[in-house]
Amino acid sequence: PVTPTLDCGSSVHSSLVGVDTRLSSECVALGLQRLSSDIRNTVGNIPMEWYKDFPHIGYNLDGKKIYKPIRNKDELDDFLDKMENPEYWRTVHDKQTGSDVVLSDDQVELVNRLQRGQFGDVNFNECEPMVEFFSSDVMIHPVTNRPADKRSFIPSLTEKEKVSKLVHAIKMGWIKPRRVEDDGRGRYYNLWASEDSSILARHKMHLPAPKIPLPGHHESYNPPPEYLFTDEERALWEQQDPADRKLPFVPRKYSSLRQVPAFSQFIHERFERCLDLYLCPRQRKMRVNVNPEDLIPQLPKPKDLQPFPTTRSLVYRGHSGLVRSISVSPSGQWLASGSDDGSVRFWEVCSSRCMKTVQVGGAVKSVAWNPNPSVCLLAVALDSVVLILSPSLADKQVILSSERLLSAQQEGEEPAEGNGSVVWSEAEGEELNQGLRLKIQHPKAVHQVVWHAKGDYLASVMPDNTSHLQVYIHQLSRRRSQNPFSRNKGLVQCISFHPIRPYFFVATQRSIRIYNLVKQEMTKKLQTNSKWISSMAVHPGGDHVICGSYDCKLSWFDLDLSTKPYKMLRHHKKAVRGVAYHRLYPLFASASDDGSVIVCHGTVYNDLLQNPLIVPVKVLRGHVMTHDLGVLDVTFHPTQPWVFSSGADATICLFT
Amino acid sequence: MGGLQKKKFERGSATNYITRNRARKKLQLSLPDFRRLCILKGIYPHEPKHKKKVNKGSTAPRTFYLLKDIRFLLHEPIVGKFREYKIFVRKLKKAYGKTEWSAVERLRENKPTYKLDHIIKERYPTFIDALRDIDDALCMCFLFSTFARTGKCHVQTIQLCRRLTVEWMNYVIASRSLRKVFLSIKGIYYQAEVMGQLITWVVPYQFSHDHPVDVDYRVMATFTELYTTLLGFVSFRLYSSLNLVYPPKLDSNGESEPKEESEDDYAMNSESYLEKLSALSASLARVVSSADEEEAQLDQFPSEGEDMEKMEAREKELKQQEAQKKLFEGLKFYLNREVPRESLAFVIRCFGGQVSWDKSVCIGSTYDVTDETITHQIIDRPSVGKQYINRYYIQPQWLYDCVNAKILLPVEDYFLGVTLPPHLSPFVEEKEGDYVPPEKLKMMALQRGEKPGNEQEEDEEEEEEEGEQEEEEEQEEDDNGDEEDDEEEVAEEKNLKKMEEQRSQGKSLHVKVTPGKLKVENKARLEQEEKAEEKRLAIMMMKKKEKYLYDKIMFGKKRKVREVRTLPLR
Repeated sequence: PVTPTLDCGSSVHSSLVGVDTRLSSECVALGLQRLSSDIRNTVGNIPMEWYKDFPHIGYNLDGKKIYKPIRNKDELDDFLDKMENPEYWRTVHDKQTGSDVVLSDDQVELVNRLQRGQFGDVNFNECEPMVEFFSSDVMIHPVTNRPADKRSFIPSLTEKEKVSKLVHAIKMGWIKPRRVEDDGRGRYYNLWASEDSSILARHKMHLPAPKIPLPGHHESYNPPPEYLFTDEERALWEQQDPADRKLPFVPRKYSSLRQVPAFSQFIHERFERCLDLYLCPRQRKMRVNVNPEDLIPQLPKPKDLQPFPTTRSLVYRGHSGLVRSISVSPSGQWLASGSDDGSVRFWEVCSSRCMKTVQVGGAVKSVAWNPNPSVCLLAVALDSVVLILSPSLADKQVILSSERLLSAQQEGEEPAEGNGSVVWSEAEGEELNQGLRLKIQHPKAVHQVVWHAKGDYLASVMPDNTSHLQVYIHQLSRRRSQNPFSRNKGLVQCISFHPIRPYFFVATQRSIRIYNLVKQEMTKKLQTNSKWISSMAVHPGGDHVICGSYDCKLSWFDLDLSTKPYKMLRHHKKAVRGVAYHRLYPLFASASDDGSVIVCHGTVYNDLLQNPLIVPVKVLRGHVMTHDLGVLDVTFHPTQPWVFSSGADATICLFT
Repeated sequence: MGGLQKKKFERGSATNYITRNRARKKLQLSLPDFRRLCILKGIYPHEPKHKKKVNKGSTAPRTFYLLKDIRFLLHEPIVGKFREYKIFVRKLKKAYGKTEWSAVERLRENKPTYKLDHIIKERYPTFIDALRDIDDALCMCFLFSTFARTGKCHVQTIQLCRRLTVEWMNYVIASRSLRKVFLSIKGIYYQAEVMGQLITWVVPYQFSHDHPVDVDYRVMATFTELYTTLLGFVSFRLYSSLNLVYPPKLDSNGESEPKEESEDDYAMNSESYLEKLSALSASLARVVSSADEEEAQLDQFPSEGEDMEKMEAREKELKQQEAQKKLFEGLKFYLNREVPRESLAFVIRCFGGQVSWDKSVCIGSTYDVTDETITHQIIDRPSVGKQYINRYYIQPQWLYDCVNAKILLPVEDYFLGVTLPPHLSPFVEEKEGDYVPPEKLKMMALQRGEKPGNEQEEDEEEEEEEGEQEEEEEQEEDDNGDEEDDEEEVAEEKNLKKMEEQRSQGKSLHVKVTPGKLKVENKARLEQEEKAEEKRLAIMMMKKKEKYLYDKIMFGKKRKVREVRTLPLR
């Protein structure tokens, strides 16, 4: 047997049976052929271009150089050879020897077969049945003859290690046996088979989630047309924040069911619900159904509280500027009014006739009729002067007595200079004819002037935040002035005398102070709880005070009760400008910038245990709003249940 | 000299509440686990009455849980399961990292699972409790059953949801407990009365979902986990209460057996079974076969006066309900392919009708379009090629409107290509003073048995309404009455002024005496005005707090009145 070398380089054992002998013989033939041709050159299988630059191309068996044959054939010779030599096509250049070899017929045939991808041997049959030599039959000769290893007889250590690890893991419960697949058949059973009420005790704080509200007509795919949005509503809906929208969607109408598309927010809504269920803090809210009628307090009927003014019966026209202040004479026959047009007018109450006009040359801030019925005097505050007028609108007796009062001091001593800043002077000439009698020159602008009930004293206010010279009390009979306060306690808004006792009320911006004029000390300080007091009035009994403020409030103080307001009335829409008590009837009125005068019934009981009864009885409207100002002052008729109001529309109204 | 000073926030409401973070720390859970636990156990935050006190003086926004609730969570066995799952995930990650595939497989096989049975029992101690809270469960399951089987959640969950919803629908059909249906733009609302509980759920229209990105599907999946368990147990109980087999089986000897031939089209038997069930065309198998249902007769109790009236009303209602249950009995419907098959089949079968559809639409069709005995064909297209004369071609809204009206409405308004009448919500119950759409009035008239032709009564009603409105308007006018008077006065004054001017200019006056007009004093009106004024004055005297409340109430009332008035004007 031969051992040929195959291309793959693997050796075939000689002991193999059934080796194809024809194949081997072929190989041998080829090999011999190659050997025989190659025997002369010993360089081996190397690229022959390595010898390109040498004259030789290798060495023969004896170690002598083999020289390249002298090739003198050029391209022309080659071409001629190609044309003439019939063997040219089978002539091959042997690079190793440098000689040309003419192939034999057999060799040409072999090349052709190889080119066609056939076996070199003509007689080889590639479709011969396979001979299985790894069969189930036990052969007498083994495939390998190597003796078995020792490790094939003893148990493996690594395996043991692994197994023991697994066993340990199973023992420790780290590895669990394969779970039996649950087929889900018995997943559901009668869970509530035994309903015992023992577990019912979910603690009492449990609040079940409210259900989702049910859809209304809006949500229909084909709603009634009135439920669809108009263009404005749609625009509004789009502008609004999603949290503020009344509906979370836009109602749509589809003419048939097949046109209804999917609702894009469906998953969102469900998700929101989920979030609400587990994330939203819950609180139990007791919603009480309140009947709004029950909230309205039960008050006595206004009808039962008559008399009170109900209708506008007279309008006093003549002023050209807004009428800041009005005052009624103690007899109730005359009405004085001071206006921004620089005039003071005297009207007859019953006929609304203007009896007299006095040009005082400046916007009149305040007018006040002397409350003493035996004299007929009017105090007028304008700029920094307080004028005393004697309008001579009474019978001779009264006029005389008032003249006497004014001139009483002249006959006596010289006017005592209280503190120099206030100058008293007599009116002269033309002014005297108009009724002007006295001028009291103040250092600053005077805002308000009030009389004491006796009619001899009058007080004036000069609001000023910086000094203590804000209030003066003048005595008419002695032409004396004095400043009762030595310290500034805030911006004084208005003042008032107590009707009976020697008390003096001073309203600063937020509180009212009550001073005892005899003892010269403060007795009380009332907290009004309002931002800015505008006006104040004292009850004729002297135990109650009402006070209006620019923040629309009217507060009633019961001086016996507390220093805090007994009642706060917020019935005005705008700043309260003036308040007034009636002298005889249990009435009080408030005037406001909203153009209304509200008359309230305020009964004061003598019994200390019973609180005053306050009932609004009438809203009176009669003034036209001008420059955002409505009614500026209000005052009652001294004897009748009538109320006068002066407005920014330059009129004065009488309500009876 | 009285002992130690009491410390703040050591008693009272501050000790009853716990913030979320502290609760989480106490339970030693991560936020997702805590969330899952809260969802499953139904624990929710409480809004304390005095937040600042509970928050120990701070006003920072915090959510508070009841301490009792959190203590109650401490002993929950499912918390252990959560921890196990966390460990499982860790091990699995490790095995993946080490590419130990056998370990991965082993771990996968032993994935920890938990059951929610005890939680359901604990949250709903009685069956009725569970029924009361099943609305959300149904909505969620119906939504999940419409999800595509890719992506957002496990396929098993979707399949389970589908199975449970089909079971629920089959139960509603078998018990004939559907009461109201409403086609909204969101989906189809159904309301059923099961064991005396009104249960409402909404089913989205059959479209693929456009999944939003800002929705946390893990939360939804946790809820679904709970809800599927709840719904399964409820279904079991409901089926057993009707003597039906659970899991549901189709009645083998039923008259409406699905055709056998179509079975070959389905690859898996189990699949085709669920499909057949969900076709809703066949009745279900009972444990006790052919049980004759005894109609529950209301016993007569000797009673008098109000009770008698109540009894009569109840009896009447029951009768009406019985009639509604048999609304479609004897009618044979055929569904065209463009109508929502499942919803319509469900509704028709709930009220005793027979229904079928094209074989190619769905499994389970029982008769063909050529069947001569079909009475109604539901169709939703503008025209149809071949029409049979002995059946009505109507649009699907007719069915839903009939169900809500509890009577068979006239079919003329719902014919092919006809503009449909508005579809109203059956859930709205108008109170006095609310706006009632005219269509509802019409329907109520039909229910009372009146002919649709006479609309006089309606008009009268409308007139009445208008009358009321006018009165209200009058009242408002009263409020403005004074101003009007003023205006009159102003006019008079103007006249006077003119005359005065003329006089002052010295012109001769056109002195003329015109006959005065008699001012008729409307006593009733005067009285009314007086009363209104009294009321206004009394309102002035209200306390600030009460005034605020009063204003709020009145504002709401006025807005409602305004809405009612403006709605029909559109």
